[in-house]
Amino acid sequence: MQPRPLDARALAALAANPGCGRRALLDGAGVDKNALATALGSPAAFGQSQFAIVRGNSFEAKVKGDGGAELLRLVHGHLDPAAEPPGAGARVPDLTAAGPEGRAARTALALREATATRDWTLLDHPMLALEVAGSPAYLEPDAVVVHPDGRWTVVEIKSFPMIDAAADAAKVGAAARQAAVYVLALERTAEKLAGAEVGHTVLLVCPKDFSNLPTAAPVDVRRERAVTRRQLERLTRVEELAAALPEGLTFDPERTAEELAEAVSAVDAAYAPECLAACELAFHCRERARAADEVTALGRSVRGELGALTTVEAALAAASGAGCAEDPTAAALHRAARLRAEALELAAARPRRHVPESPECPC
Amino acid sequence: MPLLSTLARLEAVRAGRAQPLATVRHRHLSENPLVFVPLTTAGEAGAPLGAMVGTDPNEPRVFVIPQPRDRDLRWAFLADLAVHVLAHIDAYADAVEPAERSETDPETGKRVKVETELCVDAPQLIVPSRAGIEYVRLLGRSMRFRRTAEEDPDNPYPAPSRVPLLGRWFTHLGERARVPGSSMLLSATDLLARHWATGQSNLEDQHLGALLAWIAPSGGGSGAEAALRAELGRDEHGQLLCPPAGPATDPAFDNKLLAPAIARYDAARAALAAGPGDDDREVRTAERAVRRLVVDQMSSTWWATWEAIDLVRALPPGERAEERWTRDRWSYTGHRDRVRAGEPPQPRRDDAVTAAQKLATRETEQVRLDAQEALDDPLVMAGRRLAGEAFAGEVTEVVMEWTESKRPSPRPLVTVSTEDRPQLADGSGAKVYRSLDGRPQSAQFVRFEEDGQVVLRLLDKMGRGRDPEPGSVPEKGDRVCWTLFEHDARGGPKLPDPEQTPWTHGGPPGSGAAVHLPDAVTDEDIL
Ligand code: SF4
Repeated sequence: MQPRPLDARALAALAANPGCGRRALLDGAGVDKNALATALGSPAAFGQSQFAIVRGNSFEAKVKGDGGAELLRLVHGHLDPAAEPPGAGARVPDLTAAGPEGRAARTALALREATATRDWTLLDHPMLALEVAGSPAYLEPDAVVVHPDGRWTVVEIKSFPMIDAAADAAKVGAAARQAAVYVLALERTAEKLAGAEVGHTVLLVCPKDFSNLPTAAPVDVRRERAVTRRQLERLTRVEELAAALPEGLTFDPERTAEELAEAVSAVDAAYAPECLAACELAFHCRERARAADEVTALGRSVRGELGALTTVEAALAAASGAGCAEDPTAAALHRAARLRAEALELAAARPRRHVPESPECPC
Repeated sequence: MPLLSTLARLEAVRAGRAQPLATVRHRHLSENPLVFVPLTTAGEAGAPLGAMVGTDPNEPRVFVIPQPRDRDLRWAFLADLAVHVLAHIDAYADAVEPAERSETDPETGKRVKVETELCVDAPQLIVPSRAGIEYVRLLGRSMRFRRTAEEDPDNPYPAPSRVPLLGRWFTHLGERARVPGSSMLLSATDLLARHWATGQSNLEDQHLGALLAWIAPSGGGSGAEAALRAELGRDEHGQLLCPPAGPATDPAFDNKLLAPAIARYDAARAALAAGPGDDDREVRTAERAVRRLVVDQMSSTWWATWEAIDLVRALPPGERAEERWTRDRWSYTGHRDRVRAGEPPQPRRDDAVTAAQKLATRETEQVRLDAQEALDDPLVMAGRRLAGEAFAGEVTEVVMEWTESKRPSPRPLVTVSTEDRPQLADGSGAKVYRSLDGRPQSAQFVRFEEDGQVVLRLLDKMGRGRDPEPGSVPEKGDRVCWTLFEHDARGGPKLPDPEQTPWTHGGPPGSGAAVHLPDAVTDEDIL
């Protein structure tokens, strides 16, 4: 099977569930998780509406129109107001080349030239290479701007609105995680270049209010960058993960669902309901977690609360009194169960309609 | 999640059915709620695709925009919606009762009572999901700064006349929905999730179809199976059997069905415009096709929302939910007055004082809600008892004592035997409260006996005489429940001064002094 190259979204999603070995291995090995999920019989439900795609593209085109003048103006205004404003002659180098490697090389060259020229430069859809688990991943940010002082800024253009200068926090968070991946990739290039520096504040460009006019906000991605970097370092140990697996394990989607399920279950997962929004395998992993009676299927906080009681059955056994002497969590559950039963009994015995001035204490 | 709710979820997993989280209904339900099911276009902020709205499940008003990017069609949609929703909101404006409110007299600085009026009831809007509440806010924001032709004759894109007003009311409702315990704008998912625990996570509970499947699974299977079908089941064309509760639509619906239908509508309109003739049959056929699709997506959510309302209505009402609804009535009356007084729309951003007041109100209301729900519902009280914030038990001894003064008042010592473990520290003299005829009676914690019994000294509600009024002191053998928390939210008078009124209740006069520039409207505008 042709390995599926990782994109920034996938890399960013790694940061969303760092504890999962299954995901780390599959991503590191370049397995197409979407195809795998379908072959497992639990296809992912991620899709994008073409309305959103069309709208996103037209907004991006508008933001970058006019030789990038508006975009550069936004970067200047929000991130570098002390610098000379970008003039009409701002540079937008041609980055076309054959294949991702060619484009990445072309981008690196353009970055070098722009940094040397010390002039505002807009790189439209540059191609960045980032080594992940021993193989290169190619990433394509919306834009990178080179400032006159040699600083590089990642620009993310999104089509969700910024209304009264505030955008949906969850969406901003996702954009920040994605931008952090670009920052990391750019840093690999900048390391080799004197005078180049990658800004840890990226510029998020969104439609203003209910219009099609762009507005922007700086987003500090230092935290996301740190998390993603740790994750990527973990990924380099994927080979070790793989070494511990049985010989001949394969995730070929041509295999039967049972064979694949067995292969997948050879790698430990860390399912939590948050996976549903972040990972293609979520429905499969959820089914497994439920089948294994894991309390995590009810939420990470539930798992945290129940401590050593990791299965529904164990927790319910504790609720009816098992192991209360040794485990304070079990004792608390047992007490909870008694109180709950008492309250339900009381409510059932209560007259159906409450008299407004009932002197009864509700207990 | 509180342990008691976690336990209910665990039980739901085992039972394959949702389990009760409440034994009474903790939210006011109007006799006549207005259900509002909006759909929006992916990728466009506030470009509605359609809506179903109405107070009768069998007679929804249906509005669909065949081309959501067309501004004229959108104005027409919003104008229709405004007429309809405002008729419902206004219907409560004129039935009033006299009421009193305390204000600070500007001359003397003293608190005085003033006569005022209070609407006897208020409108209630119910949307399918939390995202629906956010959408009401968004629509409110998108409409309230628009200018009509009467307000601004030079505006090239005037809004239809009632649209800005609907924006103000939607904003008010959206803002009010952030106040804990308020019931003016509710979502079906929140209503259900407040009263039942499912065997899935609360993230999954955001899906109205799945949530309902746990509570009232249709067909014999388990809640888990029914929920899975609601979440993921697709027909042979790849369309979801249970469309999402919106306002976002399913991408597969957008791409496979809606986009082609809208494209046909666009083509028919273009052909008509290019003319020769003026036969618009093609356009109308294409429009009907879009309408059918959109209605199909909305109607299962419409019914699901009504089902949710019926389920919750079947619970006996919590006593104190009515008291909270009175606060909603005040809020409605206050906003009505602001609109009538010709005050400008709510500002884009709150000034610091207003923001702080709103936050303070939400905190107070949260405390009030927590207390009231516990007092109304033994199951909620059980959670507080588990947390050591209340205790229940039997009175084992009552010893009469009195204050040492010329006119001694009763201060009896009451000993309560309980298995609960209240967080009372010896020597703290902490106060505890119980509900006596619906009013709080307080007592002071004296000590723990060696066998864990709690000794309290009653402090009030026993009348003026030397001997306590009958029924005001518990007797040996009585079951009592004491809380460590106060029954009435602390802080502030029952109703704030108008000049301190949080904006959710109508706001301080003059707080709208900031300039209210209308939103710039450009050709690029999508709403
Ligand atoms: S869905 Fe499964 S593979 Fe993906 S992150 Fe969660 S547990 Fe790991």
